[in-house]
Amino acid sequence: MTVLEQPGSYRPTPPPAWQPRTDPTPLLPDPEPFRLLGTDAAADLDPELLRRLYGQLVRGRRYNTQATALTRQGRLAVYPSSTGQEACEVAAALVLQEQDWLFPSYRDTLAAVARGLDPVQALTLLRGDWHTGYDPHEHRVAPLCTPLATQLPHAVGLAHAARLKGDDVVALAMVGDGGTSEGDFHEALNFAAVWQAPVVFLVQNNGFAISVPLAKQTAAPSLAHKAVGYGMPGRLVDGNDAAAVHQVLSEAMRRARSGGGPTLVEAVTYRIEAHTNADDATRYRTDTEVEMWRAHDPIVLLERELTGRKLLDEAGMEAERQAAERMAADLRERMNQDPVLDPMDLFTHVYAEQTVQLREQADRLRAELAAAEELSPGHQEGTQR
Amino acid sequence: MTAAAVDTARKPVSMAQALGRALRDAMADDPAVHVLGEDVGALGGVFRVTDGLAKEFGEDRCTDTPLAEAGILGAAVGMAMYGLRPVVEMQFDAFAYPAFEQLISHVSRMRNRTRGAMPMPITVRVPYGGGIGGVEHHSDSSEAYYMATPGLHVVAPATVADAYGLLRAAIASDDPVIFLEPKRLYWSKADWSPDRPEQVPGIGSAVVRRAGTSATLITYGPSLPVCLEAAQAATAEGWDLEVVDLRSLVPFDEETVCASVRRTGRAVVVHESTGFGGPGGEIAARITERCFHHLEAPVLRVAGFDIPYPPPMLERHHLPGVDRVLDAVARLQWESEWTAGSERGTR
Repeated sequence: MTVLEQPGSYRPTPPPAWQPRTDPTPLLPDPEPFRLLGTDAAADLDPELLRRLYGQLVRGRRYNTQATALTRQGRLAVYPSSTGQEACEVAAALVLQEQDWLFPSYRDTLAAVARGLDPVQALTLLRGDWHTGYDPHEHRVAPLCTPLATQLPHAVGLAHAARLKGDDVVALAMVGDGGTSEGDFHEALNFAAVWQAPVVFLVQNNGFAISVPLAKQTAAPSLAHKAVGYGMPGRLVDGNDAAAVHQVLSEAMRRARSGGGPTLVEAVTYRIEAHTNADDATRYRTDTEVEMWRAHDPIVLLERELTGRKLLDEAGMEAERQAAERMAADLRERMNQDPVLDPMDLFTHVYAEQTVQLREQADRLRAELAAAEELSPGHQEGTQR
Repeated sequence: MTAAAVDTARKPVSMAQALGRALRDAMADDPAVHVLGEDVGALGGVFRVTDGLAKEFGEDRCTDTPLAEAGILGAAVGMAMYGLRPVVEMQFDAFAYPAFEQLISHVSRMRNRTRGAMPMPITVRVPYGGGIGGVEHHSDSSEAYYMATPGLHVVAPATVADAYGLLRAAIASDDPVIFLEPKRLYWSKADWSPDRPEQVPGIGSAVVRRAGTSATLITYGPSLPVCLEAAQAATAEGWDLEVVDLRSLVPFDEETVCASVRRTGRAVVVHESTGFGGPGGEIAARITERCFHHLEAPVLRVAGFDIPYPPPMLERHHLPGVDRVLDAVARLQWESEWTAGSERGTR
């Protein structure tokens, strides 16, 4: 039996126009975001997992501040910070198994780094020395995707292909609240549900699409509700509660892995920084609002849980902070080295085989570079930013 | 078996059938080849090109998708990421537009973006062009949009043998190929045998369909029969026209085109696509840049008018026909040769 076929042979006749749903899993999300930290249920959580999440959050925050600093120093062309959203970024990476795939958006370099990618490679796009700085197959992290929601159908196609091959692979695709308005979001959800593809969609609702608040983005009761129309479960979770995000995503991953099909998870969080360094957030939101969210910081929430339950002391916290500083120092040092560029790379990977026309254009650029080198030796790209 | 016996085994086969056979053979040869699109399963596609594929290979290999072109092509990207070789059917030229973002932002540049780590061996089949009496949105010539996107190959067969050979080459290519199928030639037939298909050179080579000395008609896809008919009619006027079938717009076979124009000294580019911003402008510019000193006249274009595609009862006024091609040939400044004392149409 093939995956798409019903039992029996090839059926040329269409199915009835309407069939009752038989899967008992509820589709509607809970009215309130699911929380664990600070609740009684938190007592059952694995202390090792909590400590692991904490270490990743601390490092993730430091990564965000370091990348922002590198932007101010001109080392990055732009940096869309995920400060305040580290719980989502980290949990998304930690719920994946080795063979699974991550489909990040441009704001999700932290998830890629938490998945194991070298931060310098993850930041290549934003430094601007190439588009994707890594081989996606190495850590099974798709290229950081800039056009909103367009990576979601890729995740569906990859998961579908893996399932057709009989491989145990789940794809986790990340998108923001603004991205849920794009057509590709809807087409991806629909394809995933129709194909019962092993995909988990994680929407980080951080309140804003650059400057436009959620109220102008959707009239839906929640973004998680959008799952219902496609026949998949929608789950609403506190995106700053790392334990809750981890649990909800883990359940969705298990469901996908066991053939239960896709899940849409909306994680409610907040973008503490502006959209990017080029944005001015004071034009569309108040400091009071930002301060309210700072009090609900993902690191603060987890720290409170860990210290309250005596799972972490000051020495433990200091050790994590020092590990984060070492990571930041290494990142700083390596990002302060000029990337080595070869302008001839522009023509190398347009086609498998260069066309006659591209060979001519490459020759022209090569001649221009040689002429410039003759005029001013040693000032070509490769040593120059 | 003698050559004569092989020839008698050839039967009239339509372009649609040859395309279907190419898909079938590609799927049989390589389990990574998957066909997906709207109505490609039980129906066999609205033009019946995928007829029988779902039955032979199962619905996992030939899949009826939800009706969403961006979703179809986006899913194909993910399938290609995982090592499959998707062949996507867009139902009609104008219905491929919703997939443009996936095509331009991802399919065309994924190889480049990832420094070759993630090639996109995707074939996008697009039934294209007019002349079938189609109502609005069923007759567009969209090739110029695709040509303007680096990273894509753009192919348009005009014969039954090329339809088979070029589609096989497209599916085998490790680069994305926009495969433009001229709708009005779907039912054109030629004696052809799938068991002994003619060897078709890979993507990127043009062919001289008719050798001539007076001028070169450069064309592709649905306009090839028009040009061949025009060349036949032109003999009555004393013109011996060469006809070049580009077969592939990207890569563009400059060598074959320029060699022909250097021989004849005159050229007309013929296509259904609009003239302004259409392929003819690029082709004329290249000929002018490379063959200027061989030209006896400016390179002319016979193209569709710069109008939205007309309703079916008026499309015959829009499509380049034999008369319009001959009229362009007549405007290739033959008079200068008369004044120079040479005979009309011979050089």
